[in-house]
Amino acid sequence: MSLVVYLILVPLPAALLMLLIKNNTLRNIVVVATVAAVGTLAVLLTAGSFQQEPQYYLVSSAEVNILLFAIEILLTLYVIGVSVRGRKYLIAALSLVQAAALSWYELSGHHLTESLSHHFFVDRLSMIMVLIVAFVGGLIAVYAMSYMKHFHEHHKDVQDRRGMFFSVIFVFFSAMFGIVLSNDLVWIFLFWEITTVCSYLLIGYTKTKEAKRNAFTALLYNTIGGVFFAAGIIFFGMLLHVTELNDILKSDNGLLVIPALLISVAALTKSAQLPFSKWLLGAMVAPTPTSALLHSSTMVKAGVYIMLRVAPLLSGNMAGYFIVLVGGVTFLAASVMAISQNDAKKVLAYSTIANLGLIISCAGIGTYESLWAAVFLIIFHAVSKSLMFLTVGSVEGLMGSRDIEDMHGLIIKLPQMAILMTVGIAGMFLAPFGMLISKWAAMKAFLDSKNMIMLLLLVFGSAATLFYWTKWLGKIVAIRHLSERLDKKAPKCEMTAMVSLAIITVAACLLFPVVSQYMVEPLLTRMFGAAQTVISEGNQHIMLLLLGMILLLPVGLSLTRGSRLTTAYMGGINSGDNRHFTGAGGDMKRMYLANWYMERYFGEKKLFTAASLLATALLVFALIYLIGSTI
Amino acid sequence: MGRFSRSPWVIHYNGSSCNGCDIEVLACLTPLYDVERFGIINTGNPKHADILLVTGGINAQAAEVLKQIYEQMPNPKAVVAVGICAASGGIFADCYNMLGGADKAIPVDVYVPGCAARPEAIIDGVVKAANILDEKYAQFKQKKKRKRENTHEA
Amino acid sequence: MNWLFALIYVLSAPFLGGLIAGIDLKITARMQGRQGPPIVQPFYDVIKLLHKEVSVVNRAEMFLVVMFLLFMIATGVIFFSGGDLLLVIFALTLASIFLLTASYSTNSPYSNLGADRELLAMMAYEPMVLFTAMGFYMASKTFSVSGICASSLPAIVYLPGIFVGFVFILAFKFRKSPFDLSASHHAHQELVSGLNTEFSGPTLAIVEITHWYENVMLLGLVYLFFAWNSSVSPFLGLAACLLVYFLEILMDNSFARVRWKWALKTVWILTATVGFLNLVILSLIL
Repeated sequence: MSLVVYLILVPLPAALLMLLIKNNTLRNIVVVATVAAVGTLAVLLTAGSFQQEPQYYLVSSAEVNILLFAIEILLTLYVIGVSVRGRKYLIAALSLVQAAALSWYELSGHHLTESLSHHFFVDRLSMIMVLIVAFVGGLIAVYAMSYMKHFHEHHKDVQDRRGMFFSVIFVFFSAMFGIVLSNDLVWIFLFWEITTVCSYLLIGYTKTKEAKRNAFTALLYNTIGGVFFAAGIIFFGMLLHVTELNDILKSDNGLLVIPALLISVAALTKSAQLPFSKWLLGAMVAPTPTSALLHSSTMVKAGVYIMLRVAPLLSGNMAGYFIVLVGGVTFLAASVMAISQNDAKKVLAYSTIANLGLIISCAGIGTYESLWAAVFLIIFHAVSKSLMFLTVGSVEGLMGSRDIEDMHGLIIKLPQMAILMTVGIAGMFLAPFGMLISKWAAMKAFLDSKNMIMLLLLVFGSAATLFYWTKWLGKIVAIRHLSERLDKKAPKCEMTAMVSLAIITVAACLLFPVVSQYMVEPLLTRMFGAAQTVISEGNQHIMLLLLGMILLLPVGLSLTRGSRLTTAYMGGINSGDNRHFTGAGGDMKRMYLANWYMERYFGEKKLFTAASLLATALLVFALIYLIGSTI
Repeated sequence: MGRFSRSPWVIHYNGSSCNGCDIEVLACLTPLYDVERFGIINTGNPKHADILLVTGGINAQAAEVLKQIYEQMPNPKAVVAVGICAASGGIFADCYNMLGGADKAIPVDVYVPGCAARPEAIIDGVVKAANILDEKYAQFKQKKKRKRENTHEA
Repeated sequence: MNWLFALIYVLSAPFLGGLIAGIDLKITARMQGRQGPPIVQPFYDVIKLLHKEVSVVNRAEMFLVVMFLLFMIATGVIFFSGGDLLLVIFALTLASIFLLTASYSTNSPYSNLGADRELLAMMAYEPMVLFTAMGFYMASKTFSVSGICASSLPAIVYLPGIFVGFVFILAFKFRKSPFDLSASHHAHQELVSGLNTEFSGPTLAIVEITHWYENVMLLGLVYLFFAWNSSVSPFLGLAACLLVYFLEILMDNSFARVRWKWALKTVWILTATVGFLNLVILSLIL
């Protein structure tokens, strides 16, 4: 029992310390110590619950509930306060609504605290999430130590609020552990709200006009989600007497679909699915560690986590089918729109939205294979995508730009960064790396459940994914003559974090059969009663063989020593350095190789609204269908 | 026939020709002359080509371009000057900007006379150049062998 | 797994692929009213290229092209040993990415443009390729090539629409008009030599040989549409391969090259209609 509580509580005093410590070195020591502690606790928790799961824990104290309730009220007051001051009255109103509803629910005794048997529970899914938050999140926190230092060296106009930054990060850790370990729905909701506020604070970190506006956008969308979540909880509690996450699957009331749908709408907002995607794109103004931590690897995964929990209620149901389609439409639209972006973080944001869409769809389908795919997508995406974010952040720190156009020839300028980035990109879409394994399983799952529309969305989305990653890869591997290595290196903390993540990315591909056998299959076997083979052993071996071939890469690079170097063909007017050519008037002209964005066809302007409308329509259909079927 | 003469790939460069010879070069590709019979292909890319066909005289601006294209061709390679202008500058020889024939810029192996050169003559020139490729390769091999022996003795 | 087939493939595909290319040249020449080169001309070309000087734009390109070859062989080995069809497609994509990377690495304007177009072509045909694999799965209940070969009816019975779509996108893969946007072979020229522009001598020879491996593997996929548990199957399958290849040559000589927009649009629409409808109908009847 204590481990779970420690995991949630340990980051909190650290957060308080960060706020108080003004000395950067001292603060860094606390950061590293806390990350180490959290990592150890996560491993211990996993090891301890490994043999027997799920494990339940009860915190039998009414005071705890009162304390949490007080935090909830304070949080609401804070949100109302800032939104009134920022003249965002809609947010204030929504926040008031959700707090009022929950308070009434809580105070009128419907929460049935006494009958609640377990506040926490740990199963394989929680373990996976805890490990992701502790390790990926921990590495990002380590990375942030030097990143934020350089950030403030470059941005003198931004007020140095590093104490607050790290404090919020650690509060976020605590809340994230809370979400994935809690069993009491009201508790989950509280932690959920804390992550929303953390996200708001971190997006608005620089206090620029844009940052403030985007922070409010994020707050607005997540508060909308919060209202849906609160409605779902109250529905569960009042009409169905379900207050525990663990119980929602035990009841067989036909009405369960309604709160399940409400909660999945909340999940859609948290995971930035269409039509709620806008906030995640805006959230990219935050410092890069924030984007890596909250907006790609962990917080947005809270949405799909909750989706995975309620999914069995929706599977096979028409309303659930519409949610699956929302995920599918998001996957396709976001993948296609990513083609038109040249801001690296924007591409990563769209790719995150797309992959979350795929996870939502897999979760919504709810078969053995699709859930297998969903869990692996969560794991691989968290690792590869945070690696991508961190490398983009470091490149921005070293070169002063995160425009993909400026990454031309990165392999010469910053070879280490280029190699790390290549690992990240390969991890995102190439065989035999992680994401592809999951996509493979997803494809099989859609096929086996005969979900033809999802297949259509998946194949076109995958094609677009291939396009935008490869053109980025092409940009960084371009070898320019006479281009020199920049005399700059990423700071040690950043390198440590990135190299670790790159190693995890590769190791995850090597070890995925093990992860599948010991983590994912037991989870699914408990849900479905029998284990199934998703990717056969023979194919696993072939994948490993392919990976081995790729790892030979560095060995073979010494292959063409004795060859003659010549210049690139430019119609005979190459000025001799592959960067300039002789113009018609005899003058030197600079050659510029741009990436291909097809803005006119795949641009945001053209597609975003249309795709959002489509997703909204699907959600409305789902609601109408539900209302129609229950009346 | 050797390795190179069975598959001579060609790039065609026009210095400052009147386009008469250029049209004749293209005529070689038509069904009537069909140079592909001999494995001759007009690649349009120095990196793929074995034989450089030059038409027209070479002026100051063209010389640099020609040199670069020649430099970018992988060894062994041969050059065919097609038409009288590429051979000596022809009727343009006395122009203020004219350097003369292709050999003012790069080493030429075969001269094909004519104004304009007839397709038959061009094909003949390319076939001759193809055989020169074989010779050059043989020389190259011998040189390499000698070099190796020398290093052994040393 | 039938390792004998895989071994035969590794040893014979370069000869078979070269021979197919030679016959292709001959038929193309005849369609254009020419005599054409000898049938073994592709071998002459490759042997010559192998003996040329190694001249490169950078130190990585040769190596990346070798990786392209190795992964293409691996793809074919998975296919001919009766492995998983999806894995074949993924490995094929991986191989192609190596070629693209090699091309991008040269930092040459023509190569870069060619690589961009090749990437566009991949985006255009990828959905149809995936649909093909899915179609086989729905028809034969397995992704395994050996499983598909042992089914009781040939897949073509279930997958006429998919087959049409697949033959259509093969034009991309065989680098045939109207879809030879990124690189075309022989006397065709477009934006110099597309993504092959900077590859010369032995490097180009390896690219050529890899394409032979690739083409044989793709014809194997065509064969798979006609493979079932019967002694007639090999004859029908081979006849289909020959016919399909002839069709590609005919298309090559009858159409002009199209613009990328048109290529992308047509292929995607075809995939989403003919290919998709075929799958939907299958899902309803099976």
